[in-house]
Amino acid sequence: MNYTPDELMTVAAARLLKDEHVCFVGIGLPSAACNLARLTHAPGITLIYESGTIGTRPTVLPLSIGDGELCARALTTVSVPEIFRYWLQGGHVSIGFLSGAQIDRFANLNSTVIGSYQRPTVRLPGAGGAPEIATGCGEVFVIMRQSARSFVSRLDFMTTLGHGDGGVHRSRLGFETSGPTKVITDLCVMEPHPQTKELTVTSLHPGVSIERVKQATGWDVAFALNLEETLPPSACELEALRDLQERTAAAHAG
Amino acid sequence: MSDLFTTLSQAIALVSDGDVVALEGFTHLIPFAAAHEIIRQGRRNLTLVRMTPDLICDQLIGAGCASRLVFSWGGNPGVGSLHRLRDAVERGWPVPLALEEYTHAALANAYEAGACNLPFGIFRSHGGDLALENPKFRTLQCPYTGQELTTVPAMRPDVAVVHAQKADADGNVLVEGIIGVQKQVVLAARTAIVTVEERVDAFTGLHPNACVLPHWTIDAIAVAPRGAAPSYAHGYYDRDNAYYIEWEKLSADRDSFLQWLDRHILSGAVPA
Repeated sequence: MNYTPDELMTVAAARLLKDEHVCFVGIGLPSAACNLARLTHAPGITLIYESGTIGTRPTVLPLSIGDGELCARALTTVSVPEIFRYWLQGGHVSIGFLSGAQIDRFANLNSTVIGSYQRPTVRLPGAGGAPEIATGCGEVFVIMRQSARSFVSRLDFMTTLGHGDGGVHRSRLGFETSGPTKVITDLCVMEPHPQTKELTVTSLHPGVSIERVKQATGWDVAFALNLEETLPPSACELEALRDLQERTAAAHAG
Repeated sequence: MSDLFTTLSQAIALVSDGDVVALEGFTHLIPFAAAHEIIRQGRRNLTLVRMTPDLICDQLIGAGCASRLVFSWGGNPGVGSLHRLRDAVERGWPVPLALEEYTHAALANAYEAGACNLPFGIFRSHGGDLALENPKFRTLQCPYTGQELTTVPAMRPDVAVVHAQKADADGNVLVEGIIGVQKQVVLAARTAIVTVEERVDAFTGLHPNACVLPHWTIDAIAVAPRGAAPSYAHGYYDRDNAYYIEWEKLSADRDSFLQWLDRHILSGAVPA
């Protein structure tokens, strides 16, 4: 069955999620992956959106983090201060699922500016909930399309802490949570090295060469010795994803 | 009937040039009708406070009402960037706009501190660069454990503007669905203006834990049906997602924005 790199990325990201996870969901690519997991192998997963919806079960992907359907079909909806203070900061969320405009070798993320902060060449939306999601959740998964422009040797701005300067930097700063443990792209899967915390390619998507990943990475990226090949999406996964995206497109056309 | 009820125009007359005005509604119940009245009344030099400045702030900024924006996520959700905001920040059109930027957790804590009459909000540090750019992020040591925590000053706006589903005859206001920071911003502000979908004689069948703003927390209420469109009002109408996509084009250049402003706001007609 034919599939696009984006479809494989979303399916591979969805597979990381388990039924017992409580997951704080970023908008866009993370939202697609999280809901695909819920609609396929993880029907019991608890999805939390920063608008305060807990146990969110949308039938279509939201355009914003606060679309009406998120609340209408959630287990409960709490205020924004409560979602950040009690639930996220309180340590009740196991997974944070994020994306960003730039990522570096230690999985720090930028969603604020390209260029300098004071005189940016591109002004991005900003932090939103990401910085506290990344430090408050037990661990973090990142989903991003990979290119040398987005996988950079140095971030223009560190909106969201990943592993900082690597090694034990994150725990030295006082964070007891694990930080980013997986990065899923349209080319491969990366994981932080157990000691250095530098992102290492652990799985290549089918048909993707090492050379191609190197070209799409702004640092001299490392590859695991036992490099795996990502399983292609099953017919069932693809069907669920395409149905979801068709329903979403129809709903948002208005 | 409560004398809190007034016209939209009289309610918005409580906003003065130079005020710090928080327009809240976390993607839901966004007070568009009230913002359009602010534009019509020609307010200038406002500091706008909003966690998620989206179309509503783009419109106020493009119309020249604001000189400062306090925010934590600025964009057209799921669509792209805010062209009027960027034009003001990058090229000073129609007037320069200063930015004061937070994270969602920081601004939510600032509102809550304002509502609680505390001088600052306190929360766990996040380690990102934003604290380096916004000097209002400070740290202090926990007096019990020595742990470093982050603080931001309480947010106490001059005026809070929110939209809600309904008000009863006494002027109590019911907020349902995604409640965002509606309660915090109303309690934190010096003056609170509320627009509602409808006025009813009395609330019936309310859940005992419903989010109700008692009438004595509010300074003015205006009935504004569809006052949150193109965002939505839970139980009344859906988010007009197509309009958010359309805004990308309407706001892309100054001429098309000014045309929209003239046709749909300044002429007094209902926005398309």
